[in-house]
Amino acid sequence: MSFGTAFRKEWLEQLRSYRLLVTAVVLTLFGLLSPLIARYTPDIIRMALPQGEEILKLIPPPSAADSVAQYLKNITQFGVLLALLMAMGLVAQEKDKGTAALMLSKPIGRPVFLLAKFASLALTFTLSIALAGAAGYYYTLVLFGAMDLGAWLGLNVMVLVFLLVYVSLTLLCSTLTKSQVLAGGLATGVWMALSLMGALPGLGDYSPRQVIGWATALGTGMAQTYWPALGVSLALIVGGLAGACAIFNRQEL
Amino acid sequence: MIAVRIEGLRKSFGRVKALDGLSLAVEAGSVFGFLGPNGAGKTTAIRILTGLARAHGGQAWLDGIDVTARGGRRAAALTGYLPQDPAFYPWMTAAEMLDYVGRVFGLTAGERRSRTAELLKLAGLEEAARRRIGGFSGGMKQRLGIAQALVNRPAILMLDEPVSSLDPFGRKELLELIDGLRGRCTVFMSTHILADVERVCDTVGIIDRGRLVVQSPKKELLEKYAAPVFEAAADRGQEAALGAWAEGLKKKPPSWLDAVALTDELTVRVLVRDLEAAKRELPELLVRSSLIFTRYEMVRPSLEDVFLKLVKPGGH
Repeated sequence: MSFGTAFRKEWLEQLRSYRLLVTAVVLTLFGLLSPLIARYTPDIIRMALPQGEEILKLIPPPSAADSVAQYLKNITQFGVLLALLMAMGLVAQEKDKGTAALMLSKPIGRPVFLLAKFASLALTFTLSIALAGAAGYYYTLVLFGAMDLGAWLGLNVMVLVFLLVYVSLTLLCSTLTKSQVLAGGLATGVWMALSLMGALPGLGDYSPRQVIGWATALGTGMAQTYWPALGVSLALIVGGLAGACAIFNRQEL
Repeated sequence: MIAVRIEGLRKSFGRVKALDGLSLAVEAGSVFGFLGPNGAGKTTAIRILTGLARAHGGQAWLDGIDVTARGGRRAAALTGYLPQDPAFYPWMTAAEMLDYVGRVFGLTAGERRSRTAELLKLAGLEEAARRRIGGFSGGMKQRLGIAQALVNRPAILMLDEPVSSLDPFGRKELLELIDGLRGRCTVFMSTHILADVERVCDTVGIIDRGRLVVQSPKKELLEKYAAPVFEAAADRGQEAALGAWAEGLKKKPPSWLDAVALTDELTVRVLVRDLEAAKRELPELLVRSSLIFTRYEMVRPSLEDVFLKLVKPGGH
């Protein structure tokens, strides 16, 4: 069977199981809200707190950089959560229910079966981030003025790479077990381990988290790059998929 | 020509030997009944043949392709498989599922359209073609399972307990369908429902504790192994007493007795190894039982009698 056939089925599942809709709505919502939160947080503080005016004297006025920071914080936090939720059952559930056994008794290569799942979820996140990015850019433009479009595109590519690390690693976890809850638990453990790695001196520059550091630099006009982090992230995506394929090839269904 | 060949197949789950040197050969175009008690190793053998599990020893070929080596995908292209509990994507419709399976086998758009329509009709699912499978009953899923197994016009059709969740009508239709495939495709059907095997299979293999006990054309098997059988039916209200009598006979078997089994609460079948001795002594035993019998006769042996004779109770 061709990759196209497997991908077509997976993409249809993304649509029918509302994975695309939920991911797109949640991320687009944060794309819209982030510039608004950045812009109106001072007003909220002024109205909500008795010493609001005093506090605001200590905080610089909101700028496009705040909008970018807010966008990146929200998109990555909820994006990782969505990556875990959407990918944890991709293989585990099919093994548990028996659909994997039914389909893999036919001439379908197991790597094709897995890679089509990754590709469809990667497309879901690509489209969702594109929508969120467009929404975030438009509101930032309206509320704070124009940003460098190239930098904004680069920033969103970094966000996508960062989220695909978790899609790939969660797919690996989902391949390891028949229980999607256990797969989710394992993936959460991986998420925590990578987050801790980012806080360790010396290792931080290699953490996928630093890809978001690069995204922040792009969004705020700084010339900082984090090539090791990008390299490690790409290696984790490829390694996660290769590991999942190798393990799945040896599994009995 | 041999369609399915298994030689010395071994598979263990921890200490349990699911397959312990299973060997058999199935002629192309035949309907092969793969019989055995629960846990005998039938499903494990089928999972190895379909490439879903790996053997720990031995070899197996489908149409000459070694499925225990690297030929799994080539063999899968000419095989149809219905698992014991077929599972589908609940968000797909029946027509979409068959179309998807057609795509997997590389059928053209036109072939897929006509094959889908043909198989939906065959499975009696025409009206449910556009309904999502998530809302299907167990029997409908089983019928869809048969349909998806036939999409590629398989040379070998592997059916694992195919009638397990069908009602009597569905069961009759499926057995007729299998019967109609004779000569066109090799059917390898695992089951423990002996009546179904007796009805459609022309060759039978009996497996117990991972080993082949016997394999033979059904007719020869019945002639060779089925010992004479006596059947006695007790009058109503004597269910418990008849059961107790049969148990007593099992505990203290006369020298001519081979096996004794209740076919229903009021009917007992007695398999014998010495016909003349049984003819003399069995009526006396029945009379001494103080039970009231409404019928006593010597009957044609069935596959069930052969099974009871060859397979010892208490599998894995």
